[in-house]
Amino acid sequence: MISTDFLYEEWNCQLRERCGKEATDKLQQARVAVAGLGGLGSNIAILLTRMGVGNLHLIDFDKVDYSNLQRQQYFVEQVGKYKVEALAETLRKINPYVNLKLSCVKVSAENLPELLAQDEIICEAFDKAEAKAMLVNGVLEHFPGKVIVAGNGIAGLGAGNLIQARRVSKSLYLCGDGVSTCEEVPLYAGRVALCAAQQAHLVQRIILGLEG
Amino acid sequence: MKVNGEQIILSEKIPLSEFLQREGYFCDKIAVELNGEIIPRSRYASVFLTDADKLEIVSFVGGG
Repeated sequence: MISTDFLYEEWNCQLRERCGKEATDKLQQARVAVAGLGGLGSNIAILLTRMGVGNLHLIDFDKVDYSNLQRQQYFVEQVGKYKVEALAETLRKINPYVNLKLSCVKVSAENLPELLAQDEIICEAFDKAEAKAMLVNGVLEHFPGKVIVAGNGIAGLGAGNLIQARRVSKSLYLCGDGVSTCEEVPLYAGRVALCAAQQAHLVQRIILGLEG
Repeated sequence: MKVNGEQIILSEKIPLSEFLQREGYFCDKIAVELNGEIIPRSRYASVFLTDADKLEIVSFVGGG
């Protein structure tokens, strides 16, 4: 059996070798929230964990369902579990030392200021357009110093290259094609994961100071 | 006035809420930045647009 000290050192050593000490430290100290743990959020959280982001705040009120397994990062045996708990299990299998805060709640305009107070970067990964707008408005209104990276327009089988990242303003980034909606066409695993990867990649760039 | 990067002519000062309605936006699915500042929904009716303004309107669509 591998000792925990050895594993902790080995994990960090691998990251330092790739990114250098300074970047590794920045990633480990970063505090990132993932709001919504569906196709976008579950993929984003796994990528951020592999990137070495040290503190993740997972937010979702829902339970894993069979209808999630076609594009969300859950397993058959997790059906019926709360998504925050199911995803936390998976993230700890990747990196047992990731610091996780689990919020099994529905985000509202009212609870948002307290819920997100400790997070530096927020990944918007909700399903409904109204919820996306509520979160983006709330973060920008209450927290001028925080950054929000939202997913917008991921449905259907349109070209993957249309899933793009852009900076709208100082604190707001958008990823997606901006138009395709799940009210008209289904969500597919690959295109959803493309957007999740764009969001996670942007978060890494922001943490490392590459976005200015 | 510049709206999402495109120049449009605004002949008179109008409330933001009126502009959004005229252009067909759904207020519960958007975020609006005026000259780089987020405008809370509660202020859409009291904020006036002028021809010198730069407006960014983000429309959200479902899927996550």
